[in-house]
Amino acid sequence: MQKLPRWADVALVPLISLLLAALVAAVVLLAIGQSPSAALGIMVEGAFGSANGWGYTLYYTTSFIFTGLSVIVAFHAGLFNIGGEGQAQMGGLGVALVCLALPWPHWTLALLAATLGAAAFGAAWAAVPAYLQAKRGSHIVITTIMFNYIAAAFIVYMLVDVMRPAGQMDPASARFPVGAKLPALSDMPFLREFFAKLNPDGTPKLTKAGIAMYSNVPANVTLFIALVACVVVWLLLWRTRLGYQIRAFGKSEPASKYAGINPFKITMIAMLISGALAGLMAINNVMGSAERLLQNSAEGAGFIGIAVALMGRNHPLGVFLAAILFGFLYQGGAALGLNTTIPIEMRIVVQGLVILFTGALDQMVRMLLVWLFSFGKKGAA
Amino acid sequence: MDYETLMQILGSTIRLGTPLLLACLAGLYSERSGVFDIGLEGKMLAAAMAAGAVASLSGSAWVGLGAGILASLIFAGLHGLASITFRGNQLISGVALNFLSSGMTVLIAQALFGQGGRTPPLQGAERFNPIALPFAESLKDVPLIGPLYHEVISGHSILVYAAVAFVPLTWWLLYRTRFGLRLRAVGENPAAVDTAGVSVVGLRYAAVAITGILCGVAGAYMATALQAGFGREMTAGRGYIALAALIFAKWRPWQALGATMLFGFFQALALRPDVVEGAVGMKVPVSMLDALPYILTVLVLAGFVGKAIPPRAGGEPYVKER
Repeated sequence: MQKLPRWADVALVPLISLLLAALVAAVVLLAIGQSPSAALGIMVEGAFGSANGWGYTLYYTTSFIFTGLSVIVAFHAGLFNIGGEGQAQMGGLGVALVCLALPWPHWTLALLAATLGAAAFGAAWAAVPAYLQAKRGSHIVITTIMFNYIAAAFIVYMLVDVMRPAGQMDPASARFPVGAKLPALSDMPFLREFFAKLNPDGTPKLTKAGIAMYSNVPANVTLFIALVACVVVWLLLWRTRLGYQIRAFGKSEPASKYAGINPFKITMIAMLISGALAGLMAINNVMGSAERLLQNSAEGAGFIGIAVALMGRNHPLGVFLAAILFGFLYQGGAALGLNTTIPIEMRIVVQGLVILFTGALDQMVRMLLVWLFSFGKKGAA
Repeated sequence: MDYETLMQILGSTIRLGTPLLLACLAGLYSERSGVFDIGLEGKMLAAAMAAGAVASLSGSAWVGLGAGILASLIFAGLHGLASITFRGNQLISGVALNFLSSGMTVLIAQALFGQGGRTPPLQGAERFNPIALPFAESLKDVPLIGPLYHEVISGHSILVYAAVAFVPLTWWLLYRTRFGLRLRAVGENPAAVDTAGVSVVGLRYAAVAITGILCGVAGAYMATALQAGFGREMTAGRGYIALAALIFAKWRPWQALGATMLFGFFQALALRPDVVEGAVGMKVPVSMLDALPYILTVLVLAGFVGKAIPPRAGGEPYVKER
């Protein structure tokens, strides 16, 4: 098959895939008797139309950056890590254990320790599937799926039988101490101006004492850690020897073996990094927002990482952009669920469509483009 | 645990193992032909919704079954299109279709019935009801054999007996027919099948279609026999457990029966924590029992219970021209 120009490969293919997904989503909405344009309007309004909406969009974006990066690091090593969901839940357990261990004096210390806890637990949960893949040839896709279920069961056990405070009915850990509370974006100087509550006429809402009021948003300082993680992953994959080894191993295992790259080592390292990144998501949702460990804390973000990675073309910059897109989809989808009769599950449909078109059917889009480009060439000749 | 309780648990083992068995056999056809399918879950869910909805609208469980099979076939067709025709990544296609199904089922059920993504409760002829085999009542009091016959063997819906019948049928089809030989060959060495003048694409589509039909039966069983109607995410990971059972069974039909019934037994035990406590003598967390099938599968995958070797061409799209 003919090759596409690089710009088409990088930008046009995902764009067309996205358009196709949107088209099918629109058809689905029409089929259940809803208006696609009205739905899009509500989604945009819900995700970007208010300070509160922005706060949620950025909060989801933060989680999706981590899980998306997790998927791409494994992808570059030729491994498909579907276990992000379980790794993120275990990361949440790590965060909870760290936060509840000490009466933290300041959030910076708590954040540092929780970051280590989240990364360590996420990595540990990825370590077993990685080892089984590297040493025993067990298929990592199946083992990571199994580990998602085992993690879910284990968390339920921990919450019901171990971590639940006496006298509490719902399966959840105790609340984290005040010292472990991360500042939300709306608590930070300068940044909080974006989240000021406004009167209908656009002037800032003031308290009786004349102090500006701010929406309390779930997006928090973790967003900056996510952005740093994007840069670090880029540096790791394209500017270090280890990154080169990971990519070489992913491209061709026999060739990399011949070049002296140790397959066991690379599989383990790539999966440990991948698991750690998925685990890091927990500082956003468990520490930054819920402030205690709940059942099913990752809420599917681990799976969205797959869509984000595919949409982002396996590049940290792409992951960043795709995470914003999915943050919009998630917050917009929630707005749909609240303000219309369209069920909130619409966002799962869109997520499925994006994965289908960008991941599984991208050959179809490519064939289509090659066919279209061939007309252009004939016209020029 | 007394004999009567054991028989009750075995009875519910069969009821809970049936959807696993059907989905596992479904996966067997697809994977034996070289097409990985982690979308069993989504196909079952789609079929459960379609069967529940159509059974409720038409008043007939059989029409519901047909609708379930059709819905599952549509998803199977999409998977075939992505993984056979367009040579896409089979795992990613499966993941995508699972999400699509998870969302679409709620959307459609909500649009049809407006009951929060469920279908209305089914009753009477809208369900596949238990069949009492001959003499089940009169033999009930015979020691040992009576309860076994009454609780375990008799009293299931027709789909349960059909599922069990699919096991020898699959064995025969796979190992005693020309189609079966070709199907197994195309999963091991598609180039050889192609050289023999048999269509690789045709065989794989046929296998994927059988997968669709069996997943359809599994989903319809969930909504119209095991339970009375569709509820969101009602398959609850059974597609993945079936996949695990398939690996546990090393892609063979009789072993699939054993593996799915074993996993069904764990599910039945998880419903009766009192019995487990009595047997073990200490409190066992229910979540531990829930996790058992997955833990077992990992052990199998790790090669501690015999090595599972998948069909050699599994997951690789076949490219004819070189």
